[in-house]
Amino acid sequence: MGKLRPLAPMLAAVALTVSVAACGSGDTGTASAGGSGAPAEKIKLTVALFSDFHYAPLYEEFKKTHPNVEIVERRAQFNDHHTNLITQLATGAGAADVVAVEGGYVGAFTPNPGKFHDLKQFGLDKRQGEYLDWKWQQGVSNDGSSLMGLGTDVGGLAMCYRPDLFEKAGLPTDRDEVSALWPTWEQYIEAGKKFTAANVPGAKFTDGPGEHFRAMVDQAPTGYYDDQYNVIAGTNPEVKKAFDLSVKMIDAGLSAKLPAFTPPWNTGIVKGSFATMVCPAWKTGTIKDQKPGEGAWDIAAVPGGGGNQGGTHLMVPKQSKHPKEAAELIDLLTGKESQIKLFKEASALPSLPELYDDPAVAEFVNPYFGNAPIGKIFTDAAKALKPQKVGPKAGDILKAFGDGLQRIEQGKQKPDEAWAQALRDVEKIK
Amino acid sequence: MATRAPDRPAAAPPGRPVRARRGLRRHLVHQLDTRASPYAYVAPFFLLFSAFGLFPLAYTAWVSLHEWTLLEDEHAFVGLENFRTLLADDYFWNAAFNTLSIGVLSTVPQLLLAIWLAHLLNRPLRAQTFLRITLLLPNVTSVVAVVVIFSQLFGRDFGMINWMLSWFGVGGVAWNEGVASSHAAISVMIMWRWTGYNALIFLAAMQAVPRELYEAATLDGASGLTQLRRITIPMIKPTIVFVVITSTIGAMQVLAEPLLFGSYMVTGGVDRQYQTLSLLIYENFTRLDFGYASAISWMMFLFIILVAGVNYLLTRRAKGGLT
Repeated sequence: MGKLRPLAPMLAAVALTVSVAACGSGDTGTASAGGSGAPAEKIKLTVALFSDFHYAPLYEEFKKTHPNVEIVERRAQFNDHHTNLITQLATGAGAADVVAVEGGYVGAFTPNPGKFHDLKQFGLDKRQGEYLDWKWQQGVSNDGSSLMGLGTDVGGLAMCYRPDLFEKAGLPTDRDEVSALWPTWEQYIEAGKKFTAANVPGAKFTDGPGEHFRAMVDQAPTGYYDDQYNVIAGTNPEVKKAFDLSVKMIDAGLSAKLPAFTPPWNTGIVKGSFATMVCPAWKTGTIKDQKPGEGAWDIAAVPGGGGNQGGTHLMVPKQSKHPKEAAELIDLLTGKESQIKLFKEASALPSLPELYDDPAVAEFVNPYFGNAPIGKIFTDAAKALKPQKVGPKAGDILKAFGDGLQRIEQGKQKPDEAWAQALRDVEKIK
Repeated sequence: MATRAPDRPAAAPPGRPVRARRGLRRHLVHQLDTRASPYAYVAPFFLLFSAFGLFPLAYTAWVSLHEWTLLEDEHAFVGLENFRTLLADDYFWNAAFNTLSIGVLSTVPQLLLAIWLAHLLNRPLRAQTFLRITLLLPNVTSVVAVVVIFSQLFGRDFGMINWMLSWFGVGGVAWNEGVASSHAAISVMIMWRWTGYNALIFLAAMQAVPRELYEAATLDGASGLTQLRRITIPMIKPTIVFVVITSTIGAMQVLAEPLLFGSYMVTGGVDRQYQTLSLLIYENFTRLDFGYASAISWMMFLFIILVAGVNYLLTRRAKGGLT
């Protein structure tokens, strides 16, 4: 449900939208409708998503209490969805009543609350106590004045691995023993060296260093931005440390050089070209879509202790003429009952911690991943997360470093050169 | 331009002023008709062209002189600053080189192949129409489909081309990593789509070459190749010039192939090894940096004029040598 693709040039775009929004749009479009919800009045709500969120049954539920509301869902491809939203906000027309904003983009909208309705107006601040604190804070504007969005799922981190390849390499295959191999990233690299020494034909230890680099930075207390949203990517030792560890992975020959979300990477998932990959909760869906076969992949803990990648918020643009109904719909879609349903249906990990102890979540096992207790693995990771300030152009910055790592891995540059060029690219990001 | 009206005022015989005056009026209407109506007939095209061709061109030039991002209300006039930045931008020169390299790699073999194919088809054959239609098939295929399929063929681990190369002991070429290999792969995709199309244009031109020339040449004992070189090519020279110009322009604008080959990576590979000029423009447009993107667009326009002009002169001059 919430994937942040490595490609995020639009992030810069979002940032621009938002900075403009700051200047002049405090009250565009609000005056047009009171949204009083008189029962006779027919209302059409549009919901814009970037994939199938499995919301259809929930809409039916909403209609039971709101018989006058008709709900239309629009879906677009991940990047297009967010670009469309930027353009719609910029031009002041065409945005849906409820829009999904993915975790990698949410930080780009929160500097400017002017383009969205404050959900506090509709009483949704009552939900704060239910939420994981960091997830709640992601939906609050940077100045703290406005509640811009409510979270749907979170992307608790784990490490997916192939038991068959681990067996061939003489490594343990049981998921608890595998987790015990790598409490830290250094130990993960050591395990990788053992795997590489065993020379399993056609298989490398991991897909590529990009996603690992990203996970390591995300686990640190600060990432590319400081608390005042200044870019500190070049000076933050945590970023350099993550980069150096990624270089170590490349040097040790662990990487299959397959960047995530490309067609060859998809093939690699099925064919077993690599034995491990960083796995947010929603990525289990990606793996399953490639049909590698039941039990081909299993799930262990991520090194470095917990973390999050992706996850989505639902927001109401200022353009919406029915913000009250839209807010009520969000309330339902993010409610406890709905989140349990969506977890079972679509592996969307709830963002409400009290559900983590709910047997429906805690005891849920996924037969496709060797009956892995994904409820427990992913919720542990989400609980262990130390939240970090995510700035508006985090996606672009990540891509600059990811490209640098790939240049090293393709033998085009030495680590120093790649690091220097990545920093130059980061400086160019406006 | 227009056909001359036969009744000229000077030709009216003297002494018949009434008829002359009536004739004059009719003459004026006629004149207006012959002079003006052709413009009216072509006007729709030029109106549309002005709205969708000329105006954007001029407006882009205007935008390129500003620090212009889509969403800001204020656009500061910066004069030629964008162009100054551009000329010092390594990524721009890199893209220009890639465009030129992919252009040469794809266009030259493509046109030679197209002439050869047209030559083969320009003779009595069975199932002639079928063969000619087949030539056009790659061109009607969606470019996305072509690139997706070819990207799989050029895959590193499970691609068919690497599999075939492995028979000869060449292993694991990562086509999208290297400069030369990625340019070659992209050129193959372009050639796949356009060779047949150009062959058909050549074929049409070849059909207009008088048969007698070939008959005479055959009687003189000229081989097929000599006939192609000595008769066909000189006779279809104007078509060759046309095809060279259009192919050059097409090659300078390549966007979809490198974009999709890199799985939607706007930088055209992690080292920008196959980022073309169009892709660089696209990258800056997606960042909503319209001022800079417009500046690149104009540079690309000049670039195309330059390259097309050089090609025009080269093909024109080649004519003198052959006849």
